[in-house]
Amino acid sequence: MIIEVKNLSKKFGDREVVKHISFNVERGEIFAFLGPNGAGKTTTIKMLTTLLPKTDGEIKLNNFDPEDNPDEVRKSFGIVFQDPSLDTDLTTYENMEIHAVLYGMKKEVYRPRIEELLKLVELHDRRGDYVKNFSGGMKRRLEIARGLLHHPKVLFLDEPTLGLDPQTRNLLWNYIRDLNQKENITVFLTTHYMNEAEKMANRIAIIDHGVIVDIGTSEELMSRTGTDSLEAAFLKLTGHAVREEEGENEFRNMAKMWTGKR
Amino acid sequence: MQTIYILWQRQVKKYLRSPSRIVGTLGQPLFFLLALGYGFGSIFKQAGQGNYLQFLSPGVVAMSVLFTAVFGGIEVIWDKQFGFLKETMVAPVSRINTMIGRTLGGATVASIQGVIVVIISMFFGFRPETHYLLLALLFMFIGALLFTALGTGIASVLDDMQGFPIVMQFIVTPMFFLSGSMFPIEGLPKILGYIVHANPMTYYVDGIRGLLIGGNHFSLGLDFAIVTIIALAFLGIGSYLFSKIKA
Ligand SMILES: Nc1ncnc2c1ncn2[C@@H]1O[C@H](COP(=O)(O)OP(=O)(O)OP(=O)(O)O)[C@@H](O)[C@H]1O
Ligand SMILES: [Mg+2]
Repeated sequence: MIIEVKNLSKKFGDREVVKHISFNVERGEIFAFLGPNGAGKTTTIKMLTTLLPKTDGEIKLNNFDPEDNPDEVRKSFGIVFQDPSLDTDLTTYENMEIHAVLYGMKKEVYRPRIEELLKLVELHDRRGDYVKNFSGGMKRRLEIARGLLHHPKVLFLDEPTLGLDPQTRNLLWNYIRDLNQKENITVFLTTHYMNEAEKMANRIAIIDHGVIVDIGTSEELMSRTGTDSLEAAFLKLTGHAVREEEGENEFRNMAKMWTGKR
Repeated sequence: MQTIYILWQRQVKKYLRSPSRIVGTLGQPLFFLLALGYGFGSIFKQAGQGNYLQFLSPGVVAMSVLFTAVFGGIEVIWDKQFGFLKETMVAPVSRINTMIGRTLGGATVASIQGVIVVIISMFFGFRPETHYLLLALLFMFIGALLFTALGTGIASVLDDMQGFPIVMQFIVTPMFFLSGSMFPIEGLPKILGYIVHANPMTYYVDGIRGLLIGGNHFSLGLDFAIVTIIALAFLGIGSYLFSKIKA
């Protein structure tokens, strides 16, 4: 078991956005979180990756607790955030090099590794170019290569294909499947595209309003809901209602205005 | 160590790569040297204070370091907004080292800017009168650390650039004007005198002036002591605030 989560909760003030969820991810598995906007996917990933303290529950990633052993946990995973996180004033190679140094890699080790990964994501010929001139797809590919640089055991991908064209999405998933098979990397992904989850993931957790409503292979989810597509199963489990995020967000925006916090 | 070095290098590289930023930040000192250095020169002389350009140039040098350094610290906000900060936050490095690397980087950049302004003011007729240039460089750097740490601390509690003008108007600009960078601080009205004496920038300007042309108001030892102690204090506070940044 590479990820073990028991009874995990997160409150922001009085609002509980992750509510006592439990799940495990096996080593080498591709695991997907599927859920509407505001379901708590990113919040859960942030707790797993040491970015947010949990309110309650237990987390083990590669057998380490993110709050007791943050650095061990940090060495164990690579991440592609939902929002961009590259330094666009630097070149492809420089972004990779900073990452390698932050992860304590030696020059003789990281040099060939960077070359290898940049070839894999087809950015090798752009290694000296500034990232600010890159398309969304190129930036994503670079972020994936960077996340893999330090040989992580788990790769987190938070909506990695958001805003990309179908060709690029396809290409990305192919790399990821390749890596999962070749380096036996565990992949934890979130997406809003049903077909991606269906095609990529060994198991899928459907999360809504901070609760995992069902978890299993896409076949299991379909048969349990008596539907014949993952999309139908998803809608049956989470309902047709558009999330009342707006209302809550309006409230949050007001709070932000008052406190100046974002 | 490697972390500190690579983050230092990042700041310096980014600075050297944007000539527009270098030239842009030289506008203000040029304007001060031209308008004040030449404009007030005769009045200053009539008042029996000697050569105003000699007096003013070290103040303008200190000013450029102040502005460049605070700005370098404030850049943390960009890293928050453009996401690079998250990359450092999930890496297995201590926040303190991250902070030290970027602060050293920001201070290096500000010191380079200070040296450029010394050279520019020499074109206007400024002439260093001492042999302490290396010591002046060291002192310039310590002050640059102080102001970068100040900027980093402020940026750590701000969430976007909207607060930036307030910081500039109510913190940085008064620090500059109320420091004796442009006027001698002997015989100031009482209240103004208190404010000037409470402003760390005053000791910074005085030290740089002393090291470049001699004739400090305070002693060099006092200037060094105050600037170094406050730099250490700000580095501590800045690191603390930086370590509290939320994802
Ligand atoms: N820092 C915060 N302070 C207060 N509330 C927050 C904070 N971060 C997230 N939330 C709230 O927590 C809930 C879950 O957000 P989260 O980002 O985890 O959703 P998500 O499942 O990733 O959604 P999406 O698909 O839109 O990315 C949302 O209602 C959000 O508004
Ligand atoms: Mg999200």
